[in-house]
Amino acid sequence: MLEIKNLHARIAEDGTEIIRGLNLTVKAGEVAAIMGPNGSGKSTLSYVLSGREDYEVTEGDVLYNGESILELDAAERAAKGIFLAFQYPVEIPGVATMQFLKVAMNEQRKARGEDELTTPDFLRRVKEAAAKLQINTEMLKRPLNVGFSGGEKKRAEILQMALLQPSLCVLDETDSGLDIDALKIVADGVNALRSPDRAVIVITHYQRLLDYIVPDTVHVLYKGQVIKSGDKTLAHELEANGYADIIDSAA
Amino acid sequence: MNMQTNPRLTAAEAALVQAYNDQLGDLPGDGDVLAARDRLLDDLKTAGLPTRRVEAWHYTDLKSLLRGVPALIGEGTVEALEPLVEGSTVLPLLQGVSEAKSPKDALGVGRYAEALRDGTAAAALTALGNDDVIGRVNGSFVRDGYAISVGDGGELAAPVEIQHVHAGGQIHSRLPATFGAGAKATVIERHFAVTGSAAFVSSIGDVAVGEGADVTWIILQQQGAEDTHLGQIRVNLARDARLKLFVINAGGKLVRQELQVSVTGEGADLQIRGINLLGGDTHTDVTLVLGHNVPHTASTEIVRNVVFDRARGVFQGMIRVAPDAQKTDARMACNTLLMSDDAEFSVKPELEIFADDVQCGHGATVADIDDNHLYYLMARGIPKSRARAMLVNAFVAEIVEELEDEALVEALEGLISAWLEKHA
Repeated sequence: MLEIKNLHARIAEDGTEIIRGLNLTVKAGEVAAIMGPNGSGKSTLSYVLSGREDYEVTEGDVLYNGESILELDAAERAAKGIFLAFQYPVEIPGVATMQFLKVAMNEQRKARGEDELTTPDFLRRVKEAAAKLQINTEMLKRPLNVGFSGGEKKRAEILQMALLQPSLCVLDETDSGLDIDALKIVADGVNALRSPDRAVIVITHYQRLLDYIVPDTVHVLYKGQVIKSGDKTLAHELEANGYADIIDSAA
Repeated sequence: MNMQTNPRLTAAEAALVQAYNDQLGDLPGDGDVLAARDRLLDDLKTAGLPTRRVEAWHYTDLKSLLRGVPALIGEGTVEALEPLVEGSTVLPLLQGVSEAKSPKDALGVGRYAEALRDGTAAAALTALGNDDVIGRVNGSFVRDGYAISVGDGGELAAPVEIQHVHAGGQIHSRLPATFGAGAKATVIERHFAVTGSAAFVSSIGDVAVGEGADVTWIILQQQGAEDTHLGQIRVNLARDARLKLFVINAGGKLVRQELQVSVTGEGADLQIRGINLLGGDTHTDVTLVLGHNVPHTASTEIVRNVVFDRARGVFQGMIRVAPDAQKTDARMACNTLLMSDDAEFSVKPELEIFADDVQCGHGATVADIDDNHLYYLMARGIPKSRARAMLVNAFVAEIVEELEDEALVEALEGLISAWLEKHA
């Protein structure tokens, strides 16, 4: 589903190279965890995949279902089924959450040549998905993410994911700032989306989230490259021994 | 040799004098009213329209901007509009003419033309100082309007919508409004052009908010592309009174809306909100003169502007805190989105603080929309142009959402998005 080949990317503004020759393949049905110390390029990778304009790809390619997505803007990538759950979802005063959800769902449907949702159908979907994530509807009456607690913001991200039904989900440090109960709710939300035709990339600092979203593969990112890949036991190894050993043996 | 004592009148000034002469004997009013009209017109003739050398008009050089004045009577007929909020009490002022209305619930309604005829209107036909050209024009020419009142303890269940609807011509109206102690009301002063033919409009509201009263007053200006709109509202806030004063400009070619507010009762709370949606080759000026005259009063002023094309906007915000008005809390902000390279917005905050224990602040920003916001919306599949439109809309909708009446918020948001869709 996703093939990243020798990817090099830098911050557009100052030219700092963050991703330096990254290779990664994620198959349909797979849950891949990307772990790494601070500054290894984890969040940058998520931004580059989603099409954030502040980053420039200087070399290499990203193939999604066999096609390069580097020429597509963020909206086009989203419409093709790539979803990034943000580490820090922005608050947007003045944009009503429900209106945002409706526009996003319908714009994606439009891009795929599908009919727009009727209002009752839309409301039903939101209500069902929100209930599963224990999001109360009062929260959805507020402007987008405004006044949401850290945990509410993360749940709202997963709600969007559930509604938009992407085929490639990228979760950027979704566990940060969550207490254990919220973490379980979020993990359940993600697990509910696991399916043979969907891939999930879980970017995380800690093993903790991976107890709840059990990965098929684990990749260690360091200085903009994947320096080691393995199965879920690699995450336990990291938790026990830290990154130093792996970094040393890769050097 | 013939010395010319007056500077030569501009075409617009001459047309105003002519219009006055043409209407002699026809403008309603008793002796006092007619004397007041004469005085105001004389002052107008002597001083002329203000130029940029007049401080209060520095960014709106009315003498050069006002090129002419249309014929007295517009063409075409007009009808009352659907109110913004279903169930509102509609007071139509069609082509400047009021209708006889019987009082409804707590609302008292009178035709202002009658107040002119019986002379009770005379005392208010004044200019607020030597630069008040709107007071002079309106006082000289005003023909009609509505005098509304809500008595002590009266509460209006539905908004009152005063509909100034016209199809061009010269229209001058007045809205005296009195809200008694503890009264609660929402008033929408709506200005709407049904045709593209030019209009010259002046409108003054004289609003007294009584002790502990809670009033929302919305000035919604949707004049036509050739129209000149000179608006003014004179407000007095008594003890513990609360007023939300919203100004939404979404039309007109040459617009000046003045807010002249005196806070004269302790504990009074004032919220002023302005939204300027500007496009084309237009000029729009919102000028606030706010006096905190007694201790322990609070006000916030937020103005949001979205400027397209070659439009020019002005916001002047003067806050005066009187020497004994301690514990005044006043905060003013003016934020602008410039949507084109030729768009322009001038902001002039002025704080005159004579008390020493007050909180007064002001800030102004001019910016494009936030890239992080744009990216977030796009990352959810919303195309760039639509995402931008949503964010511009949000920038102003944020202000509207402060209103408590959901139906009103919805109506205003609808109107704002329709305007933005047309101009983006």
